[in-house]
Amino acid sequence: MSKIRNALLMLISVLAIDGVAELRAQLVIRGQIVYSMAGEPIKDGIVVVADGKITAIGTADQIAIPAGVRVIEAAVVTPGLIDGHGTAGLSGIYNQPQDQDHLDSSTAIQPELRAVDAVNVNEELLGYLRGFGITTIHTGHSSGQLVPGQTIIIKNVGGSIEAAQMVETAAVLATIGETANRKEGSPGSRGKQMAMLRQELIKAQEYLTKLELYAKKQAESDDQAANPEEKSEGAEKKGEQKDSSPPARDLRMEALGNVLQGKFPLLVTANKSQDIATALRLADEFKIRLWLDGGAESYLLIDEIRAARVPVFLHPTMIRAAGDYENLSFETAGKLVASGIPVVMQSGYESYVPKTRVVLFEAGVAAANGMSFEQALAMITSEAARVLGIADRVGSLEVGKDADLALFDGDPFEYTTHCVGVIINGLPVSEVKR
Amino acid sequence: MRQPLQKQLLWIWLVGLLPPNFLCQSATAGLVATQREQNSEAAKVADFEEKVWAFVGAQIIPVEGDVIQSGTLIVAGNRIQAVGDSKRTKVPDGAQVVDVQGKVIMPGLICTHSHVGGIGGADNSGAIQPDVRIYDSINVRDSGFRRAVAGGLTTLNIMPGSGHLLSGQTVYVKLRRAETIDDLLIRADDGWIMGGLKMANGTNSIRESTSGFPGSRGKSAALIRQHFIKAREYGDKIARAAGDPEKMPDRDIGMDAMQEVLKKRRVVHHHTHRHDDIMTVLRLAVEGDFRVVLHHVSDGWKVADKIAAAGVPCSVIVIDSPGGKLEAVDLTFETGGILERAGVIVAFHTDDYITDSRLFFRSAALAVRGGMTREGALKALTIHGAKILDLDQRTGSLVAGKDADFIILDGDPLSVYTKVEQTWVEGEKVFDRTNVQDRLYAVGGYGATHDQSPYFCCYHELMMKQLRLQSNSD
Repeated sequence: MSKIRNALLMLISVLAIDGVAELRAQLVIRGQIVYSMAGEPIKDGIVVVADGKITAIGTADQIAIPAGVRVIEAAVVTPGLIDGHGTAGLSGIYNQPQDQDHLDSSTAIQPELRAVDAVNVNEELLGYLRGFGITTIHTGHSSGQLVPGQTIIIKNVGGSIEAAQMVETAAVLATIGETANRKEGSPGSRGKQMAMLRQELIKAQEYLTKLELYAKKQAESDDQAANPEEKSEGAEKKGEQKDSSPPARDLRMEALGNVLQGKFPLLVTANKSQDIATALRLADEFKIRLWLDGGAESYLLIDEIRAARVPVFLHPTMIRAAGDYENLSFETAGKLVASGIPVVMQSGYESYVPKTRVVLFEAGVAAANGMSFEQALAMITSEAARVLGIADRVGSLEVGKDADLALFDGDPFEYTTHCVGVIINGLPVSEVKR
Repeated sequence: MRQPLQKQLLWIWLVGLLPPNFLCQSATAGLVATQREQNSEAAKVADFEEKVWAFVGAQIIPVEGDVIQSGTLIVAGNRIQAVGDSKRTKVPDGAQVVDVQGKVIMPGLICTHSHVGGIGGADNSGAIQPDVRIYDSINVRDSGFRRAVAGGLTTLNIMPGSGHLLSGQTVYVKLRRAETIDDLLIRADDGWIMGGLKMANGTNSIRESTSGFPGSRGKSAALIRQHFIKAREYGDKIARAAGDPEKMPDRDIGMDAMQEVLKKRRVVHHHTHRHDDIMTVLRLAVEGDFRVVLHHVSDGWKVADKIAAAGVPCSVIVIDSPGGKLEAVDLTFETGGILERAGVIVAFHTDDYITDSRLFFRSAALAVRGGMTREGALKALTIHGAKILDLDQRTGSLVAGKDADFIILDGDPLSVYTKVEQTWVEGEKVFDRTNVQDRLYAVGGYGATHDQSPYFCCYHELMMKQLRLQSNSD
């Protein structure tokens, strides 16, 4: 459907040029090849931009470049890249206490920690990533506690959080496995991790029930106030009703309640096969929208993951093969995608050097190990946008979408290629060769 | 170059050291380690007859010398016999011919700074420990070695960590098939086990609350200056004793190692990031009169001319992003190119586990992205590494007479899409991507890694936990 709609839009755009030249244009990007990620790659492609949006896209034959508008040329043009899950902005380049806000270790379960309250959209690491074409980042708290907090989706434009924010709470993060164990106190084992997590979710269910009950009573009470003559069951318990009060507001329960109601997905970091199985079991028990994070051994559970219709936010291809990641494979992304499982590439969390990974490089190594170029590119553009629920704005180059583009002087995945330009919301934000 | 007699001695030494089945494997290059029982007959033949291989039709990048578009590489025994254009290079009678058209052959890669092998160097007892040999801590069955050959590496400098001013003696190894560490050693003509000395400055070796460790950069330098003065005095005492046991100082194995440094046989491999720390190393090397290689050199681009003027080579690390520690916030892909243009001899290193040996080509390719020449980057993976390790007469380029250390690639060495198909060390195939087990190490997967964590006393402990490397000891 969307392809037909886009074709129509493009036709309209083209007609407009041929007709009265109504095409709005403030900037034109011309690529020897343009990967729109919404159809076949366009040879000698033109992307017209105005007011932060794409106003036309097509071949140079189809679209006349409006006079007086700046044209930026590049060998290869892609949608702005999306980092499927990182921590940059909460974790900073200096790795000093004052720039590390990705993890609070005071207690194991803290779904109420909002990334919006912690992210520094002007963090240098975000600027570094921007230089490689990363225009959108799903960032937030890092794994390392059972429930470390929330994640956020931002445009990588710096400035204020208000301007950058796309989705205030993208997900609540949870960790299963060795990294979730605490040095002191609980959890100290995988079994305890699940016991704690399940108990907390049950508490949140009860919290929701109390809220519903209260809301129901309120509604009945309101009904009665509106129709005092009508005798209802509720009226008999009028005295009781007056005393009833809502459950004390609990941010933790609210956040988990949102997970239980499907408003927030639960992004569960699980790498060992037993942990992945546990995540699937948990999602099934509580009917949670699960986003599987890490997934180092996901190649062992392809049927199960596919059956659960769960997307995988795959660990960086080049993350170190140690600990829960010891059995990772460069070929996992290719295997999952070939099996029809949605895969999003992430930069993950890095505690030392490099302080952040770059999804462009991580997708590149995946592309070289058992998947096609466009499948790999999709992991950091269209698929990432679709899974993250932001495809109406980013992830592909289509009329009406945000004008976020990355420009390269060759195959974007080649080590020796440079990112030569980055455009976010229609504005060039980097023109340095990286 | 080694003499024939010494070569024979080496064989006698090897024969004495290795179980017979190992020799058989060596002779029937490329066979997997499990094929033992059928080898006894082959051994009789192969012991004294040199196997000759002819690899015909590949693009050959000899590194020293021009690229040959369609070349032939002749390997006899453990040496390169000839390298040249296929039209002009005669294939010897009886040679096993391997058609490698469409492939690329280049020297095996040399990593000047690696931590594979579950190693453990100096401990918490002091900041300066020249007595410690990394040689005594290496597990040759560590999967790191298998990943290294999968990445095309054939020679490593295995080092202790950087948590000390001086963390011990390093060892240079060839990635032969091995049963014990002795199978990997590289010996000089006189039998000396080749290796360097690991030193460090900057924040890694500073530990304010631990006795015996420096709490500042000034103290770090003072401790090292005093240490070199002490070492010099020890050597002077020995010289003055002139063989008289009465006058000899009490033997100190750390000081013995320092004499090798002062005699410039053992090179100092010096971890250093910040520009001022780099200058401190150069200053101390002049005062202490020792040979030094600068390692990591994140800020090297700021003082490239000074490094060039000192004539000191650099072993550069390439990391995906700057930061993670204060000394590395100005780290850049441009360092290799800037040092190259300043006239510095540049090599790269994996610092494995910091970067993965399987991805060593990335370091060179990203440096090219940052402005280094392609030729310089390929030298930095091979011959410059060999120079830094004093091995350039033996390895690091495809030249007749050198050790047959080479790799076969399916494409351009600097492309992300290129795979290492085979790795050969001294005329033996040690990695073959078509072998199921080798492939597992090359791409990863279930069972590809389960090793003892390397031990880096002591500042590293938190970091190791953060890197999730501690869990392996669970």
